[in-house]
Amino acid sequence: MVEWTDAERTAINFVFTKLDYDSVGPESLSRCLIVYPWTQRYFGGFGNLYNAEAILSNPMIAAHGITVLHGLDRALNNMDDIKNTYTQLSELHSEKLHVDPDNFRLLADCLVVVIAGRLGTDFTPEMQAAFAKFLSVVVSALGRQYH
Amino acid sequence: MSLSGKDKATVKAFWAIASKKGDEIGAEAMGRLLHVYPQTKTYFSHWTDLSIGSAPVKNHGKIVIGGLSDAVANIDDLLGGLLTLSELHAFQLRVDPTNFKILSHNILVVLAIMFPKEFTPEVHLSMDKFFAAVALALSDKYR
Repeated sequence: MVEWTDAERTAINFVFTKLDYDSVGPESLSRCLIVYPWTQRYFGGFGNLYNAEAILSNPMIAAHGITVLHGLDRALNNMDDIKNTYTQLSELHSEKLHVDPDNFRLLADCLVVVIAGRLGTDFTPEMQAAFAKFLSVVVSALGRQYH
Repeated sequence: MSLSGKDKATVKAFWAIASKKGDEIGAEAMGRLLHVYPQTKTYFSHWTDLSIGSAPVKNHGKIVIGGLSDAVANIDDLLGGLLTLSELHAFQLRVDPTNFKILSHNILVVLAIMFPKEFTPEVHLSMDKFFAAVALALSDKYR
């Protein structure tokens, strides 16, 4: 079980209370597809991904970005057992979606960059550390059912 | 993943703006590197103070950003332009190349914080590619 200090829990909760899902979700997923274009391989049915503007204005990508971001809620609400919280989602990403788990890390990095941009200097190094730890636990849990 | 003409132009234009706050970027990025990824502290055991905002951290941040400015000036020939730094990293510093990625990530985070308007997805893409190209040049002589 992952140990969280009170300061870490506070920092992580703070990030989520400030999170505008409808804006951060779409931007994070869009940045992932723009900065790491090979990730587009999983979005063949999502319409026009031809260039950055197309991706940023694509409503299917935006909707999916929001969905993915809300996927983090279950970890937030189960911080003492994130590992098992993602069993089914891990199976889904492995068996049905066939997503290389490396991609979870790429999206997580983009999410940190976007949140840093939104929170500015409020996103202190301590907050970054706690949030990065949180995301790495989620990423690890999502990769657990791969075989 | 080589730098296109567009990447180079984007990097030069953005760096012209960002480098004016180079010292701040360097200090913040180094501080976050050491704090968020504490395994990186292993390279700095000879420093008296590794805390955020300390003199050695700020000073080193300045050196790193200076190196990146050099890289921007030599963007058309990173291998040649960064030869001395490459040998330094290969034979003396021997920093594991994974850490270049970690530092790059932290610089991107700081750029997002300090330049929220200018750090667009396109700039993010070109800067990330640029840092990767610099890392490749720095580790060129490793083996």
